[in-house]
Amino acid sequence: MQNELDHLAELAGKGRISRRDFLGRAAALGASAALATTLAGKAFAATPVKGGIIKAGLQGGESTNSLDPALNLSQVTYNFCKQWGEFLVRLTPDGGVENRIAEEIGASDDAKTWTIKIRDGIEFHNGKTVTAEDVAATLERHADEKSKSGALGVLKNIKTIKANGKEVVVTLGDADADFPYLMADYHLVIQPNGGKDNPNAGISAGPYKVAVNQPGVRHGGERFANYWRGDKAGHADQIEIVVINDPTARLAALQGGQVHLINRVEPKVVDLVKRIPGVSIENVSGRGYYPFNMFCDTAPFDNNDLRMALKLAMDREEMLDKILRGYGSVGNDFPINEAYPLFSSDIEQRKFDPEKAAEFYKKSGHSGSILLRTSDVAFPGAVDAAQLYQQSCAKAGIRIEIKREPGDGYWSEVWNKQPFSLSYWGGRPTQDQMYSTGYVSTADWNDTRFKRPEFDKMLFTARAELDQAKRKAIYRDMAMLMRDEGGLIVPFFNQFIDAANTNKVGGWVKNPNGEMMDGYALGECWLNA
Amino acid sequence: MSSPIVKLVAQRIALGILLLLAVSVLIFAGTQILPGDVAQAILGQSATPESLANLREQLGLNQPAYIRYFHWLGGVLTGDLGTAMSSGQDIATSIKERLWNTLFLAFWAAIVAIPLAITLGLIAVRYRDGWVDKLISGVALASTSFPEFFIGYLLVFYFAVQHQWFPAISTVYDGMSFGERLQAIALPAAALTLVVLAHMMRMTRAAILNVMQSAYVETAELKGLSASAVIRKHAFPNAIAPIINVVMLNLAYLVVGVVVVEVIFVYPGMGQYLVDHVTKRDVPVVQAVGLIFAAVYITLNIVADIAAIVANPRLRHPK
Repeated sequence: MQNELDHLAELAGKGRISRRDFLGRAAALGASAALATTLAGKAFAATPVKGGIIKAGLQGGESTNSLDPALNLSQVTYNFCKQWGEFLVRLTPDGGVENRIAEEIGASDDAKTWTIKIRDGIEFHNGKTVTAEDVAATLERHADEKSKSGALGVLKNIKTIKANGKEVVVTLGDADADFPYLMADYHLVIQPNGGKDNPNAGISAGPYKVAVNQPGVRHGGERFANYWRGDKAGHADQIEIVVINDPTARLAALQGGQVHLINRVEPKVVDLVKRIPGVSIENVSGRGYYPFNMFCDTAPFDNNDLRMALKLAMDREEMLDKILRGYGSVGNDFPINEAYPLFSSDIEQRKFDPEKAAEFYKKSGHSGSILLRTSDVAFPGAVDAAQLYQQSCAKAGIRIEIKREPGDGYWSEVWNKQPFSLSYWGGRPTQDQMYSTGYVSTADWNDTRFKRPEFDKMLFTARAELDQAKRKAIYRDMAMLMRDEGGLIVPFFNQFIDAANTNKVGGWVKNPNGEMMDGYALGECWLNA
Repeated sequence: MSSPIVKLVAQRIALGILLLLAVSVLIFAGTQILPGDVAQAILGQSATPESLANLREQLGLNQPAYIRYFHWLGGVLTGDLGTAMSSGQDIATSIKERLWNTLFLAFWAAIVAIPLAITLGLIAVRYRDGWVDKLISGVALASTSFPEFFIGYLLVFYFAVQHQWFPAISTVYDGMSFGERLQAIALPAAALTLVVLAHMMRMTRAAILNVMQSAYVETAELKGLSASAVIRKHAFPNAIAPIINVVMLNLAYLVVGVVVVEVIFVYPGMGQYLVDHVTKRDVPVVQAVGLIFAAVYITLNIVADIAAIVANPRLRHPK
């Protein structure tokens, strides 16, 4: 019963079931009314407490960071911009989209023209009201071909952007049923006049005003009195982010009480951290994965039998167990998992099979060793992962030679340049975005050189399809093609592992969209009185 | 002051400036041969060919290297270090704060470490080869032999996590009172003290022991002076030059070599600032910081030289 109750509590935490449903289902499982109510109290959390300074110690901040949301890259800017910034929409923990500055987003029948209705009465930190012009200017700035914005890639498809009264009308080159998801991109902070006048001003309509901005050291915010949904976020009077890149120092700061929340707890210490009194681990499965990339168009990986041999020689369970200490889930050689909407859970899990791998290897006719490039920066434990893989390949009679590359320059010189290397992908909110960023023929980041016209065609068909059942079927076919013929080996999907001071922090909700409750933790959690 | 000293000092300073100029060329050349370029580093894994081309043009990375060198040198001489490529912030302004933090930490570590090291060295000489000497040397050598991060973590574990007497992280910022700042830097300053202690202590001990072999020390002893008085009045003043040398070396280390301690204690100093910008290929910042480090190093060495010259009676009182 405990497992089911935990599961229920998790669903409740994710906002997938209502309080009433929760009580009903808990009773059906045989929980006493008192227990169910207590659990519900925990799962649905009490009324937020206002006041105090909530502090987070975060990895991923450099003195090179700027406030311009277009240049958001690292964890600290990502977390900070979710505090001072407001977006058109945000992703919900169950994979949906929730409107924010957008009151409504509607599509034409062909999913090519999208109309965003702007909510009334939202105020920027500088006192101005958020208008359709501001929204249109923001989109224009990020979609500009000369833009340095990290969102440029997902906005390429936009043809025109027009502000029209209280509405912004966007027309797309190709139909895209997932357009609202694109608007949740964390670069797209709505700024006055789109930030065209001063992109670094740090002014938007989020729950906190930027008070301190010392890149690589410390960022702070003061509650914005006129925040439009002040009952839902902005509970603490002030927020503070301290940049702590060293994992041990981060943990010490949490234990010593200097911060209330930290991100990126290393899997190898999670079990130890769990034993520390007053500290709770908050882990959630996300969409990020750590792939082994093979170039489908480069010898010897242009041979599907060899690719299949290398896929079958991967001992995923062992990898998950040893590299991530179980904090993740096994992958299935395509980049999608159950955290995505429209995922087909009936696709057979590929298993470690050295005999079959040896068969395919023999069939491929390849001989000699295969060079695999890895580096510490590919993902935490990437060098160990390569060595484990070397061992499991040896069981199938495949010789892997490991080359350890320097972390400096790995992303510019090795990843997406060398035919067999380790990498990481953060995942995207929808299957369409994930495939179109990394796996269509024309993608800049097609890091497995997977170029299959029929695959591209399926993707475009699915994108324009508004019937969800049909889309799901197409996505299933694409996953199968990728799994059986692609250049991608996915040993595992990772988890976001954060930690919180159990006694002080209230309101934590599991959110698979990103670490620290998709970056919203500081504004939506509160300090218990 | 007589002329030979002035001349020697002037020579040293001129040499230092020349050296600094040479270093500036080296720094500039060094930053040019790093793999990848700043545009690629700024955009990271999310770089697309279009955004790369746009950024390169905007940053002026298309000009030849020697033009960029003279452009840069001219700026430095007029106090303009340029703007950071990655964040667009004025380098001089951001360095000022970081440099101040670094100097603040180095200053307090030095205030504790130097007198402590010299006193311990003197005591060690006074009781040389006895258990006091062995204890002092043993502890000092042990603390130096442990890697900095280990000492740092030990201090954090004991004083911040177990007892919570001091904060685990030493972030300092505007608006902190002087007392708060001191409390914040207590642990990193302690770690640095432990790291540099042995070198200075052992050098003091060795230098004085060396002098203790001299005939005039024997004379002083035969005169009936106490051991402490001999060391204080006769041996120490004559051993001062090598001691100043090693003190200056360690001072330089406290300013330019403390990246690890900065990272462990999350202290916003120059080291972390430099490392961040190296990984981002932010060349102007790397050059500026490199030059400042070189200047600190050269200046402290000149000071050591001059102090040695001034402390040398043969140069002070020429025939």
